[in-house]
Amino acid sequence: MTRMTVEQAIHQALREEMEHDPRVILMGEGVATKHRDLVEDFGAERVRNTPLAEAIMAGTAVGAAAGGLRPVVDLLFAPFLPYSMDALVNSAGKLRYISGGQFSFPMVAMAMTGAGWAVGAQHNHNLEAMFVHAPGLKVLMPSTPADFRGLLKAAIRDENPVLFFIDLGLLHQEGEVEARADELIPLGQAAVRREGTHVTMVSYAKTVGACLQAAEQLEARQISAEVIDLRSLKPLDEETVLASVRRTGRLIVVHEASGLCGVAAEIAALAATKAFDALRAPVVRLTGPDAPAASSWVLEQAGVPQAEAVVAAAVELVLGTSEHTRAVMAHY
Amino acid sequence: MNVSEHTEPVADHHGVPGPTHESATPEARLSSLETMMLIRAYEEQLVELQRGGAPGTCTSVGQEACAVGVIGALDERDRILTNHRSAGHLIARGADPGRMMAEVLGRTDGYCGGRSGSLHIASRELGVVLTSTIVGGELSMAPGMALAQKMGRGEPGGIVAVFFGDGAACEGIFHESLNLAVQWQLPLLFVCENNQWQAFVHRLETMPDRAIADWAHSHGLPTRSVDGNAVEEVYAAAARAVAEIRVTGSPQFLELVTYRQRGHFEPDDQSYVDPDELVAWRRRDPIQGYREHLLESGLIDPEGLAAMERRVRERIEAAAAFAQASAWPAPDRLTDHVYA
Repeated sequence: MTRMTVEQAIHQALREEMEHDPRVILMGEGVATKHRDLVEDFGAERVRNTPLAEAIMAGTAVGAAAGGLRPVVDLLFAPFLPYSMDALVNSAGKLRYISGGQFSFPMVAMAMTGAGWAVGAQHNHNLEAMFVHAPGLKVLMPSTPADFRGLLKAAIRDENPVLFFIDLGLLHQEGEVEARADELIPLGQAAVRREGTHVTMVSYAKTVGACLQAAEQLEARQISAEVIDLRSLKPLDEETVLASVRRTGRLIVVHEASGLCGVAAEIAALAATKAFDALRAPVVRLTGPDAPAASSWVLEQAGVPQAEAVVAAAVELVLGTSEHTRAVMAHY
Repeated sequence: MNVSEHTEPVADHHGVPGPTHESATPEARLSSLETMMLIRAYEEQLVELQRGGAPGTCTSVGQEACAVGVIGALDERDRILTNHRSAGHLIARGADPGRMMAEVLGRTDGYCGGRSGSLHIASRELGVVLTSTIVGGELSMAPGMALAQKMGRGEPGGIVAVFFGDGAACEGIFHESLNLAVQWQLPLLFVCENNQWQAFVHRLETMPDRAIADWAHSHGLPTRSVDGNAVEEVYAAAARAVAEIRVTGSPQFLELVTYRQRGHFEPDDQSYVDPDELVAWRRRDPIQGYREHLLESGLIDPEGLAAMERRVRERIEAAAAFAQASAWPAPDRLTDHVYA
């Protein structure tokens, strides 16, 4: 095992996959500037700076994928994705189907998002649910350095277009990473980060941390919380979620993206349709507000579900409501 | 009409022989005429089918010379991206009208198993690799396909040709695509079929008259603007551009000035079209003009022409019969091919 940051894990995954397969290319605004060592080792042909024009960056990745390469395109920040939406949603997501399966689009589009940089709504907007809704795409949003590395490697080897979201707030977080280069994490498998019996917490990206902190605090109150990190939003690991809900009978879904038609709504629907008999209480969703991200540090953090709110929700679910928990939860 | 050549004579620097229409063999000329007639007959058949309740379509009636001239200048190793008005490109490339018609009717024998319809037919075996009906979508994918070609993922020596219209030239992606192709020196032929109409809006409401060639030229692309209704002129300009791209590995631009004789999408009564303009362009019909030219030059006689018309009619009748006899896809296969 090696200790590294999320940023280092992403870089290592790119290096290993470029080593593994000569068809893998990296392109985007600044990738050749940022990854000098990859340019030196794999050549300027395979590590390409692009114009700052997201529509053509994504479209070029789509064309290159259909043409036999395996591009990774760095689109920088999620709010820039709407510029590349036609290439990702109409081309990458649909042309395989429309062509009757004649073409594949093995490509990865990466983008950073989430609170942590205090630069406001046009660099921080969690758009992952939009892409989950688009057919033909896969969507990943990991939380640990090991998952960033293993899932990015698996995404690059996948035959389908994958959106790979990088939670900005996790970029410098450290963790243990398997040293072996052939260690992949399959898409579509959630990870149980902590086992528990009273309540299931389902989350992804930075709010997995809030759930883990909450679970630790709840221990003191004899509440045992299970924490599931989805990491792959599409395909979704329904079985891991349902198995846990069937055991605990209580479900809290937590994410930073806003709630309406979001991933939490889908998880709640999953529990309601496939584990209704096991539910002992209504499903609780803790999400960001239906508001653009603010840039003030205080307001930015106020838009992210924190451990305190998760604790309050779990206490209410397991033990019943108090004035205090109502007050805390009203904030979200 | 203002037809001009805006080109840097790249070929002269590299000594590439520039083919001219005189170099086309009699067989090739007759074949060009027959292919244009086949495209016209195919699309007229689609219009008939639509009147009978089949799905609508975007025809390329009036633009057949563009398809036949450019596709004729390409060869098997080249790959093609096209748009919603693609029947001509496919047929000129050798697509089977029966399988195309089956696709339009949503049947299993269609090129895409009934998942495309008329608007996005692609055929890997024919090298018609990507088709986007989102105006400009084809332009967004073209540099990537050409990059794959440049990096050795296509047939050796191949180039990529992308077809789009004057409407797409008004999209921002047009400029992004041209700029990247030039910066990355990609083996890519941009083919703008300037058919004067952008859905229901005349292009002169949206752009200056000579904008397309000027824009391409300003991006640093060798640019030719030719009469898109003259198949031999189109062929000569395309063949020259293709030969230069094969030598230089760099992109070129071809504007084909033509006219969309039918509406945007069938059915369409064209009530918004200036009748004088329509009549003037119908007088310049690419097929009629070429028939007369070949008759006058003695390459074909009226009997030969009648035999050609008969062959075309029989092929289209057989195609329609094949398509209508083809099975509907099984509803339980609805979600096949979403993921690899």
